[in-house]
Parts: sequence; structure tokens; C-alpha cells
Amino acid sequence: MRIFTLGVAAAALALTACSSPNTTGAQSSAAADSSSSAALQNATVRVLTHDSFALSQSVIDDFTAETGIAVEFIPAGDAGEMVNRAVLSVGAPEADVLYGVDTTLLTRAVEAGVFAPYTSPDAGALRPELANLGVGVVTPIDDGDVCINVDDVWFADNGIVPPATLDELLDPAYRGLLVVENPATSSPGLAFLLGTIARYREGGDGVTESWIDYWAGLRDNDVLIVNGWSEAYYTEFTGGGGGGDRPLVVSYSTSPPAEIIYAEGTPPDRPSTSTMLDSCYRQVEFAGVLAGSDQPEAAQRVIDWLISPQVQADVPLSMFVFPARADTPLPDVFAEFVTRPQVPLELPADVIAAQRDRWIEEWTQIVLR
Amino acid sequence: MTSTTTRHTLWAALPLALVAVLVLLPVAMVVAVGWGPDALPVLTAPSTWRVIGYTTFQAALSTIGSLALAMPAAYALYRLRVPGRRMWLAILTIPFILPTVVVGLAFRELLPFPGTTAAIVVAHIFFNVGLSIRVIGSLWGHLDPRLEQVGASLGLNPFTTFRRITLPLLAPAISAAAILVLLFTFTSFGVVLVLGDPALPTIEVDIYTRAMQRLDLTGAAVLALVQFVIVAAAIVVSSIMSDRLAVRQRLGDDEMTRRLPQSPIERVATGYVVVLAVAVAVPMLSLVVRSLRVSDGWGFAWYAEAVSPTEGTTRSVSALSTLTRSLEYAGLATVIAVFLGVIATAGILAARRRGRWLDGAVMLPLGVSAVTVGLGLLLLSVRGPIDLRGWTVLVPLGQALVALPIVVRVLLPVLRSTDPRMRQVAATLGAGPLRAWWAAEGPIAARATAVGAAFAAAVSLGEFGATAFLVRLETPTAPVQIVRLLGRPGEANIGVATALAVLLLLLTVIIVSVAERIRPRRGGGW
Repeated sequence: MRIFTLGVAAAALALTACSSPNTTGAQSSAAADSSSSAALQNATVRVLTHDSFALSQSVIDDFTAETGIAVEFIPAGDAGEMVNRAVLSVGAPEADVLYGVDTTLLTRAVEAGVFAPYTSPDAGALRPELANLGVGVVTPIDDGDVCINVDDVWFADNGIVPPATLDELLDPAYRGLLVVENPATSSPGLAFLLGTIARYREGGDGVTESWIDYWAGLRDNDVLIVNGWSEAYYTEFTGGGGGGDRPLVVSYSTSPPAEIIYAEGTPPDRPSTSTMLDSCYRQVEFAGVLAGSDQPEAAQRVIDWLISPQVQADVPLSMFVFPARADTPLPDVFAEFVTRPQVPLELPADVIAAQRDRWIEEWTQIVLR
Repeated sequence: MTSTTTRHTLWAALPLALVAVLVLLPVAMVVAVGWGPDALPVLTAPSTWRVIGYTTFQAALSTIGSLALAMPAAYALYRLRVPGRRMWLAILTIPFILPTVVVGLAFRELLPFPGTTAAIVVAHIFFNVGLSIRVIGSLWGHLDPRLEQVGASLGLNPFTTFRRITLPLLAPAISAAAILVLLFTFTSFGVVLVLGDPALPTIEVDIYTRAMQRLDLTGAAVLALVQFVIVAAAIVVSSIMSDRLAVRQRLGDDEMTRRLPQSPIERVATGYVVVLAVAVAVPMLSLVVRSLRVSDGWGFAWYAEAVSPTEGTTRSVSALSTLTRSLEYAGLATVIAVFLGVIATAGILAARRRGRWLDGAVMLPLGVSAVTVGLGLLLLSVRGPIDLRGWTVLVPLGQALVALPIVVRVLLPVLRSTDPRMRQVAATLGAGPLRAWWAAEGPIAARATAVGAAFAAAVSLGEFGATAFLVRLETPTAPVQIVRLLGRPGEANIGVATALAVLLLLLTVIIVSVAERIRPRRGGGW
């Protein structure tokens, strides 16, 4: 007991010594480091995340072995559902870190005060086009493109030329072929809606006057709306293996390589699905420390870890997204089968923040009437 | 005498104030957030009226269906001597107390058309047919058979006798059953969420999606208010109607009026009871069968899976732990509900004249629906003065407020019917007031309280509407976990959900059969 008390006192002394400039600096700072990591030892950082989250167990174990911090991931539904939970529990968070809030929902979370500001010392290593996003509050971890995926085999079998542009989806030839996620409940669904708005807003370059007319057109062409991505891709999509009957689905540009990785038995030479590049909306995913966490320091270490080379290299094949860290090597299937759109559809964050709820309401009234 | 009454009222005032605050606070929060200029855009939106229209439509269909299917069975069970009558009645009534998400899941797996209005209506009929039979039958059984005999002797055929004599006499009971079923199906949540078409929400589902998925708390509160107004209007209209429909008549003893089925119609009605009971049992049995169906045949794999958590998925919380948590919460909720219920009942009885008003206040959660209770408690924490988020008591409190009307409904008629002379006799024998009360009413009050507690426990165990708003991510209850699992693709998720639903079903049935066993036979009520 006495020894323990002495040890604490020594550590405290070392800490004070560290803050005053003196000659024993090196030695004291080593002591401070060990005491700080002692505090993090046995910490369990809880990470609130969406259901699509995945990371190799070995990567997680290495982090725990290295830092003593255990990480527990808590899936909280779709990204939208997860962010809403975080907003409804501001000040009394259900976890320490939130991973997976994307550009479409970021402003909602930030304005509600979900995050405690933090800038990772490693933020300089991120890809330049992502580096200016979420500055000071959240950190970009990965990005991807939400695109319409096309079941090429179905189109070949039926002797129909697949659509190449958003405009063509209004063609009666493609009636009843598309399944889309509800933007009110699904993150890719919202991304796709924002993409169509970016394209067909007043002053856009589409054939219809506004995005509202465009969606009325999709509705009249019998678009199917489901609540979440899994249901859309695995249940309704012909190429998802669930016996669906819709050969067009809103999914990700990385879904085709996923098909090869997850194939049962011998993987096919090339995917049977492809992406419609004209429809792609860029989505960046962020992580941040939740305000009100009682272990902010350990939570910050987890943010640093999420953009470390090891996690970033694991991200493509575990979640089928692109790493945010520059110079991260990409797996072969990505290089071979994923095309990133030259000019993805995008909307400025402040426009999304101001209009999103109204857009969703309008969309609901047009499509789900 | 007057001073005693005043003292009684004062004595009752303080705990009653506590009950009133607890019951009214969530509702007050909904009013505070939903009442104002922000309500206008919601009220004028066509989508809002579409939701209201659809809610009414499915509730009307469900009510008509429940009553139509209940009538012949009520006739057979209350007018005829049907062998095994108590068993048939028990089977037909069980669904009413089953957890809504369990029933939703059972029909989702059983019906060839899940995700449709028809599926919702079928599940609603399943829930309410037993209740309708009991409400209609309890009057039918007491109708004086001589009135119908007079009709027959005047040369009316059985159909005309039924239409001209029996039906008008039954009207009060039919309208009472109709209004109950209408209320339950209008505010039904778990079933519609699990079984309905996501593009066709009811008011309850829309309140939930607005609040929890679109973060539109104001819109949710406005809809909750709209629903409250509609429900209140329906109750007022029904009470006016029941006054008009009321027929002054001498009621007979139901044991005496029942006779053995003779005519072909009577035999068909008896057979119908059996068919209906089987139809009600099928979804419950099919759920059990479904939970044993695994990918390569039959077995207990989903139950084994329910015991162990699967990291990194929705199943990272083991299904069994959610069941234990549900039991803990239900226990706490029962204590709260019984505590509040006893105070409220005592208050209603003490302040007899103002009792009607108080009666109404305590019944409020039933009228405003579980979802509104949940939304109100959430608003209290997010927008209001009292932050209960993260407190273990929050979920049980919501469940207790939902269960409170049932506790009062069980306690009130029993205590109301106790004979004051019993107490006077005890007093003349030298007992003090408390002892006199205990001697006269203690045993029956204790039994009624136990029954109320059992019903509160059963309701809390399966409660989903309020809980869905209040539960923390890391500590889901069993019904919440079932719905979460159903939202994820994959055979394992549905398999574990069915196993969990079967366990929840068994627990509920056990609790309710205990309640039925200890239920005092006098006093009536539900």
C-alpha cells in the first residue's frame, strides 16, 4: 500500500518536473509517458458505428496489445440512425467515439454538438482533397462513391442495353427495374437523393426542370423504395444473390469487387455487375470523439489509430471504401474493377445542412404518397 | 363526517399529486413541443393526412374484421353449452396480452403476404378477437332468452329475430367492443412496424420514424397531439353513443340461459369456436416450429446462438442477456406501476366525486398510446428540464406508465365492490381503522394487487412502444432486440429473433396464467 502511494507521488513529481525546464527532462518525460499509458491501460473505448462497419480482428488486437486500450464497436443501425442516436444523446453519449458519420449527415451532428473538437497530429498525412473537411472537429477516415449498380448479366440475358445516365432511368424501357433506399432512413439513399438534386437542381444541366420532376418521373417509372442498403442489395437486387427482380440498385462503386471477394467457391474472373458512373455521389466518412465521454484521451488515441497506416490498409477489403490516408496501397481488385468518377456529384456541406430536412420531406411527399 | 372527508382528501392529495405529475409530465412535454406555429406545416402537409387516413382505414378494417369473427363465437360461448368452454376462451384471449413484436414476427414468417395492409389487419384481428368475444359475450350471456322466444312465437325466422330483437339489445356491447378494438388498432405500433409496408406508415410508426430516424421531434410531437385529439374525440363520441344505445332491460343469469347446441346453426357455431381457436393457436405454434428450423434441418441451433454473443454484429449483445434485462426492467416497472396504481386507485375511491376526472388522468397513457409516453419522456430529457438519459429507471418508468391503466382497471372494480359494512362490523368488534380495513378488504385487495402486478409485469415484459424511444443502445430489451435483429439481413439474425420471441412468449404466458389463477372471482373488470 505504502509502496503504491509512493509510486503515485513519484509519478506526480515526474509530471511536474516535466512541465518545468530542467536537465533531467529526458528521464522525467519517459516516466510521464509510462504513467499516462498506465492510465490508458485497461481503458475500453466504445465506438458507436453503423452496421456496415468491419475491421480485421488482428488489426484491433494489435492496437490493444500496443496501447492497452480495448476497443468495443457498437453497431447502431444505418448511418442515419446512428447519427440520430448520437444527436438525441448529446451530453449523455452512449459511447466514446463515433465512426461513420458521412458528408450528408456531418453538419447535423456537428451543429447538435455531438463532437468534442480534436485534431489528430497525423491529420497531415491525409489525401489533400480530404484534408480540409471536418477540420478541428472530426477526422476523415475513408471515402467512397454511391452509384447505381447494374446487373450486366441480367441485361445481357434480357437483351436490353443497360442505362448509362440518370436521364435514361426515366425511359419506359427501364420501368420497374430500379430499387432505391429511403433517404430518410439510409445513408446511401440520402447520398443518391443528393446526387439527383446536385444534377437536377434549378440551373442544373438535366432534361427535367427540377429534381422534383425527376423523382416524379422515377416514381411513375415504378421505382421501388426500401428502408436500408442490405434489403436493397441482398433482397431486391438481381445481382445480390437474394433472388430479387430489380437489376438496378443504389449501392457503392466498390460493390463489384466485393462480389468477387465474397464469392462462394471459385471466384469469377470479373464481376457480373458494374457501376453507372454518371450517377455517382462522393461520400466521405468521418470519426470524432463524442462530447461528454469520460475518457477523451483514450478516445483520441483511437482516432489517431483509425488513420494509422495499418488500419487504413485494412479498410478497403473490410469495408470496401477508399482509405483517406495518402500513399496507402490499394488491393488488386480495387485497381482492376473500381473506376472512380472523374467528376462525382457533390453538394456543399452548408447547402446540405440548410436544405436536407426539407428535401427529405419533399421527397417523401413525391415518392411515398 | 365532513371533516373526515376533508382529511381524506388532504391525505390523498400528496401522493396523488406525484402520480399526476408522473403521468401528465410526458403528455405535457408533447403538448409543449407540438403546440405552436411549427405545427402548421406538419398539419397542412398532404403526407400527414395520408398517414392519418391510412391509420383510420386499417383500424376500421381491423375492427370490422374482429367484430365479425367474434360474433358467432360470442354466441356459442355465452349462449350455448360448449364443451371445454373455459379452455377455448383462454386460448382466444391469450393473444391480447402477447408482446406485439412477437406477434408481428410470427405473422411475418407465417403469412405469404407480409408488408401489406392485409397482414396488419390479420394480426390485429388475432389480437382483438378474444377481447371482442368477451365484451360482446358478457352481455349476450345475460340477455333474457324469453325475448327471442317471443320473437319466434310471433313467427319471425331466426335471422329476423336476431336482426330485430337480439342485435338492438346487444348494441351497447358491440359498440363498446368496437371502440376498444378501434383504439387498440388505431394506436398499434409494434405489429405495424414489423409487419407493415414502410411506404405506408401509420401515425404511431410515423411518430417513431420522425423522432428516431429523421430527428424531427417537433413533427413527431405534432402527430402525437393529432392522434391524441382523434382518440379523445372517439372516446367522447362513443360515450354519447353508448348512452343512446343503452337499452333498459332485465338481465338473466348467464349460467341459466346457456343450453346445449341443438339446431344446425347452433352446431355450426360450436364448431366455429374450435376452428377459431385453432386459427389463433396456429401463429403461436408456427413461431415455435420456425425457431427450430435451421439451415440443415431441425434443431436448437438458434437457441444455442441466442446464448452466446457474436462480436461486431447486432448479436454482440447475447439474446439471453436481453431477456434477463427485460425481466429486470419489468420487475422495476411492476413495482413502480403497482405503487402508482395503488395510490391512484385509493385516490379515486377516496375522492369519489372527483374520481371520474382522476380516473381519466390515469387512463391517459392508454389513450395517448405507448409511443406518445416514450416520446414524452424522451422530450423531457432532450428538450425539457429533467434529463433522465442514461438512468436505469427511465425505461421501467415508461413501461410502468403504459401498464398503469391496467393496474388501475384491475384494482378499481374489486375495491369498489367491497362492502363497507364489513369494515363497520370489524370496527364494532373493536378493531382500529387500519385493522378494520385490513380485516375487511385486506385479503381481496392483496389478491387484486397481485393480479395487477402480474398484468403489469406481462405488459412491461413485452412493451415496445415506449421502450423503443428510451432504451440505450448497449442495453436493449428483448422486444427491442427482436426488432433490431429483423432489421438485419441473414438467416442467423431471423433465427435468433424467433428463438428469442418464443422465450418471450413462454414467459408472458406463464406470468398471465399465474395472474388468471390468483384472480379474485368477484368484481369483474377485464
